[in-house]
Amino acid sequence: MDKLIVSSSPHIKDKATTSRIMLDVIIALMPTAILSVYYFSYVSALIIVASVSSCVLFEYLFNLITKKKHSETDLSCVVTGLILAMNMPPLKSSIILSIIGAFIAIVVIKMLFGGIGQNIFNPAAAARIFLTTAFSSLMTVYVAPLTDGVTAATPLAIPKGELLPSYLDLFLGKTPGSLGETAAVTLIAGGIYLMIRKVITWEIPVIYIGTVALLSFAFGQDPLYSILAGGMMLGSIYMATDYTTSPVTRKGKIVYAAGLGLMTASIRKFGSNTEGVAFSLLFMNALVPLIDKFTVKKTFGRIKKK
Amino acid sequence: MIIKIKNIKGVTLPHRKGTSEIPTETLPIPKLVEIPMQQHIGAPCKVLVGKGDYVYVGQVLGDTEKFVSAPIHSSISGTVVQIKDMILHSGVKCESIVIEPDGKQEVLPGITQPDISTKEKFLKAVRNSGLTGLGGAGFPAHVKLDTKERIPEALIVNAVECEPYITCDYRAIIEEGNEIVNGVKLILDKLSIPKAYIAVEDNKPAAFSLLKELAKDDCRIETVMLKTKYPQGAEKMLIYALTGKEVPMNGLPIDIGTVVMNVTSVLALYKYCKTGMPLVSKRITVEGNGVKNRGNYQVVIGTYIKDIFEYCNGDKEKTVKVLCGGPMMGTTAESYEMPVVKQSNAFLFMTPEDLDFMEESACIRCGRCVEACPMGLMPLTMNRYALAKMTEELEKYNIMNCIECGSCSYVCPAKRHLVQSFRVGKDLVRKAKVKNG
Ligand code: SF4
Ligand code: SF4
Repeated sequence: MDKLIVSSSPHIKDKATTSRIMLDVIIALMPTAILSVYYFSYVSALIIVASVSSCVLFEYLFNLITKKKHSETDLSCVVTGLILAMNMPPLKSSIILSIIGAFIAIVVIKMLFGGIGQNIFNPAAAARIFLTTAFSSLMTVYVAPLTDGVTAATPLAIPKGELLPSYLDLFLGKTPGSLGETAAVTLIAGGIYLMIRKVITWEIPVIYIGTVALLSFAFGQDPLYSILAGGMMLGSIYMATDYTTSPVTRKGKIVYAAGLGLMTASIRKFGSNTEGVAFSLLFMNALVPLIDKFTVKKTFGRIKKK
Repeated sequence: MIIKIKNIKGVTLPHRKGTSEIPTETLPIPKLVEIPMQQHIGAPCKVLVGKGDYVYVGQVLGDTEKFVSAPIHSSISGTVVQIKDMILHSGVKCESIVIEPDGKQEVLPGITQPDISTKEKFLKAVRNSGLTGLGGAGFPAHVKLDTKERIPEALIVNAVECEPYITCDYRAIIEEGNEIVNGVKLILDKLSIPKAYIAVEDNKPAAFSLLKELAKDDCRIETVMLKTKYPQGAEKMLIYALTGKEVPMNGLPIDIGTVVMNVTSVLALYKYCKTGMPLVSKRITVEGNGVKNRGNYQVVIGTYIKDIFEYCNGDKEKTVKVLCGGPMMGTTAESYEMPVVKQSNAFLFMTPEDLDFMEESACIRCGRCVEACPMGLMPLTMNRYALAKMTEELEKYNIMNCIECGSCSYVCPAKRHLVQSFRVGKDLVRKAKVKNG
């Protein structure tokens, strides 16, 4: 060719792409998803399928109707669908509810705010709060694993004095709860995978979980118990680390995670809501623009004013 | 000055330094050369010869009275056939002199070792040599070395060569290491600088040991190995990596007592001081899948890219992009008719497989650009403001501190054209400054 391409530097790029990052999150969630099918059988599988496919479909339709560039291929809607499914209780009603949740998450929370990178609130957390508020009786009933639908209280709702599940059961997820918030072991394994793949950094999950443990200890609760139960692992590793709705600098992430921990521990201690994670997320999401503003990095060679 | 090795922020790049063990070959004198009158930062040179004049190798072709400028010499002997206007690949317009060689390479009569007996005379000689910063920007060397009353605590010799593909500095060290070390000694002597650090990255161990060996009897010179990281070759980054000190914003290396020179600059200066022959040819790396005979070549300044391309067995069907410089900061040549200038260090003839073409998508706020930026900037935010043309915000986010290293664009998973938008943004800020006085 005599005609040469004229373009701006740099002329080479790293291999990382948005869809590859999202694929990594999907891979990280797979063990948890599979475990939930083992614990809750086909109901779980149906919820996952309904949630993921409706998230993809809603994003596709939204782009089609508003004549926007098709963004479904970046796989972020699949991630949202998976995380939403992990937030649903293992009941047949959740199959329908997850479709409603997908609509809230994708259309209302994500796309109407401008799509990936633009939305203020975490789509899955917002959908969960919406569903819990609107369909509270269907969202707060939990089924004990491996029992074919015997309902039970989630560990955090068990009144004082009654027998609590053992740490090992909590760790393995053999406790009543939503699809994916029970099994600490697979959630942590996925989290380690994400850190190795450099998709997430340690700051948010570790500081969030650490703050909750510390505060619940100070409040006279069992710290290990409070971090293993009630969506802490799912929330801190997969939802709080959502790029769009968390701060971009390291300092910002630390502030954000500490704030989340404070919120969650306080809600659990002083509020009536046993599931403080999703509420804390929404609250701290709203503060992210502010945190970003105050945690701008110091630029190289900047002389500090005395 | 004590060294305190620090890790800089930035990115880890593929090395692709496949030409490093190929000895430098001299390219034959081409049929025509074209020498632009602006090959440096500062005032352009005025043409001092006329059409039809016979010129010698080393003869001054253009110069100015201005301090921030550097004279330009003929790289061949022959006849001036044309004086014309041209556009450099930086977009700058200037005059250029086209010379047809007579093939004799006759050296200007009377060329001899310059008088460098005092500091003033030495600096004068640096100017006469036409030397400019050969590492990148092309800042006239005498301006940089003239630190007025302030004597630098250390001379930092940049042998980092952190861009992929480029190996010409490495070849210079392997082939002319002795001259380089002697050049360092000369500069230390003439400017009474007490210490010199030669910085090499750890992907070039042979260069490191050679320099260390050659400089071992001079305790003023220390060769330092740095962990390979891009953009460690950028002046401010290199000083930080070695000393832990930050050059102040809008400041110069001398503000913290350092002067940085590229290895090839040191070499060129040494040669001039020994022979009086100014910088008329350059060692350049020729690479990329568009050419067969990759390697390093000594070429006279003014040689057209097409002559290099032909000599190296280039394939025009395959080549889609010609880079002047490395893949991270290099500019693209608009045509094969561009000449080699003083700062040229590489021509990369890229085929689609060498490059990454990817469409831009929405920023996902992953923060990778923030983590990668060696200058501590917020690329994602600057990108948003640059696209919205919000000049005040851009200034507030210190866009002028961006060194256009490309680390942010390199890591961005959404493939956003960050650096490109910063160039536009910087222009906006500059224009606003002019407007407001
Ligand atoms: S690296 Fe790209 S996608 Fe990530 S925050 Fe920076 S601009 Fe956005
Ligand atoms: S913002 Fe500028 S200095 Fe920072 S990484 Fe990007 S190009 Fe380099």
